[in-house]
Amino acid sequence: MAETAIDSPAPPVQILAVDGTVSPTASAEPYLEYLERLSSDDHEQFYRDMVLARAFDTEAANLQRQGQLALWPPCHGQEGAQVGSGRAARAQDHIFPSYREHAVGLVRGVDLLGIIEVMRGTTHSGWDASDPSNGNFRPYTLVIGAQALHATGYAMGVKFDGVSTTGDADSDEAVMVYFGDGATSQGDVNEAMIFAASYQTPQVFFLQNNHWAISVPVTTQSRTPLFQRAAGFGLPSVQVDGNDVLASYAVTAKHLDDARSGGGPQLIEALTYRIGAHTTSDDPTKYRTQELTDSWIARDPIVRFHAFLRAQGASDAFFAGVTAEAHDYAADIRRRTHAIADPGIGLMFDGVYSDDHPLMIEQKSWLEQYEAALDGSAS
Amino acid sequence: MTLSVETKLQTMPMAKALNAGLRQAMAENPKVLLMGEDIGKLGGVFRITEGLQAEFGENRVLDTPLAESGIIGTAIGLAMRGYRPVCEIQFDGFIYPGFNQITSQLAKLTNRTEGALQMPVVIRVPYGGHIGAVEHHQESPEAYFAHTAGLRSVSPSTPNDAYWMIQEAIASNDPVMFFEPKSRYWPKGDVDLSASAAPLHASRVVRLGTDATLVAHGAMVSVLLQAAELAAADGISLEVVDLRSISPIDYEPLLESIRKTGRLIVAQEAPGNVSVGSEIAATVAERAFYSLEAPVLRVSGFDVPFPPAKLEKLFLPDADRILEAVDRALAY
Repeated sequence: MAETAIDSPAPPVQILAVDGTVSPTASAEPYLEYLERLSSDDHEQFYRDMVLARAFDTEAANLQRQGQLALWPPCHGQEGAQVGSGRAARAQDHIFPSYREHAVGLVRGVDLLGIIEVMRGTTHSGWDASDPSNGNFRPYTLVIGAQALHATGYAMGVKFDGVSTTGDADSDEAVMVYFGDGATSQGDVNEAMIFAASYQTPQVFFLQNNHWAISVPVTTQSRTPLFQRAAGFGLPSVQVDGNDVLASYAVTAKHLDDARSGGGPQLIEALTYRIGAHTTSDDPTKYRTQELTDSWIARDPIVRFHAFLRAQGASDAFFAGVTAEAHDYAADIRRRTHAIADPGIGLMFDGVYSDDHPLMIEQKSWLEQYEAALDGSAS
Repeated sequence: MTLSVETKLQTMPMAKALNAGLRQAMAENPKVLLMGEDIGKLGGVFRITEGLQAEFGENRVLDTPLAESGIIGTAIGLAMRGYRPVCEIQFDGFIYPGFNQITSQLAKLTNRTEGALQMPVVIRVPYGGHIGAVEHHQESPEAYFAHTAGLRSVSPSTPNDAYWMIQEAIASNDPVMFFEPKSRYWPKGDVDLSASAAPLHASRVVRLGTDATLVAHGAMVSVLLQAAELAAADGISLEVVDLRSISPIDYEPLLESIRKTGRLIVAQEAPGNVSVGSEIAATVAERAFYSLEAPVLRVSGFDVPFPPAKLEKLFLPDADRILEAVDRALAY
């Protein structure tokens, strides 16, 4: 089986050891002040977010197996990186996801049924990023790395608008784009970092290194630790233990604040692992050992944070409450998935152009009449 | 103040008309940005944006890094933020590194978001031959984009259309591919600064005739007019339609012309196989079958890569090749 680890010069930034004990690495020092802002309620919220995201993800994979969805890309194992970074973003920040950031969508306030609708085939997006209740969380982008350029262009606009680097962290805007280790080989991700550096955008590149691009290990994408590539573009960068939700939070909070306050674009590499398949169409047993996956299951972000919360004195009632909430959440998703209606003809034609277009008018009208005639002949 | 007719009409080459149109659009709307390689200090390799960076600043006229996908992709992000970017692709053959961002992202985002997101991005593409340049500098790639749902594609043939159509393209809430016939950048023509001649997507009869209809867009329109002039000397009356818009195509003026003449010759610099000309021939056959007295004939570049410049006169259709097709059409 393929080699999957790239040696780094130093351990990644970590707050919690794998057993959940508080044991910050020396490299964590610049980030500790961000942890001091967190209350025990915040900690419990992080845990709730991760457990709900996992319950959603598990339910969605099951729905796919039951024929309700065409496909499911699981986020299992990446909840620490996603909840930590997502919770670190401020309300005014703008998030450009790839297609596996279900936990980020959750913490930004998106109704995750929208992702189900995309994978079921009733829409190409599922939520409207211009609706403030969706936390500036953009629709998923499926072409690998394409969203990195959109994020950089958006951040150029934020800069031109003069709504970053005013000195007020509560209103200064920043942009964060998510992508994976496979995407780092795409030209678009590299061009995005070049443009970001040229225009000094208020932006964080959040790279989730989950070690696999479908079947290809990260060592095929790079022989250099990915965060070190940022130096070539002139971006400050850091590597963090993505399965440590507190470290992911603190590192992202600091670098977003650095970006919004004039520090320019930043790159974070979160080391994590795709415990599940790439999507439900994939068969990981063909390219990786269970032993390797097990070694990462032993570093599960939820188990680790559970141990931390236990040591902090969280009650049995709290954990039982979260378990029950997750169960209800998944059941609600299941119920609402079965109730999703198929889209009408209008969905195909109405949004192709913003302004009137003769082919849309002509072809929609033709199809409606054709379908009506079929209905008429059937009755 | 009322301008006299004299002051509303100005004579200028298409390159200056485009510059004036861009300046007008930028002056009217602070959200209009220009992006591209060498378009700022240099004013673009064809000088279309000359003086605009000095006038509007480096945040309105961006000398970008040398990366076409980067230009289009960041323009998409800027449009999401409320800007109206106008991208310059330096030469036709350099557009392909940006093809994914144009076809999979720019063209589809409005549809992906069910109309919630508008993409008012213009991509200016100096296109076509007749300039004796090296490989990748003389191509006509419009069919790829006309084929892609979500994009609009237009091509002016005169300075007047260039002045107005660039402003109308910028005002469009949809992405517009703007194909500039670079061989027509320098000939001068009258520009009426008071009013647009026609809507962005309207085709127009530019010469009346009775025996056959010729249709083209961009640089080829001037070749058709030249052919019609030569034919008139031989007593053959040719009507010429300037398509102006490649997607959507405004068929009604063309069909009306064919109902009168019964014959159609479609001309283009691009290779003919699976081209805009093919689409016009098919549509005319469907909609005007009983008006046709001859098959629709295509006159196009050959189905080969654009040749080295010393062969371009053999590759590109000229007035004689148009008239050869006219003779064939009239022989039916």
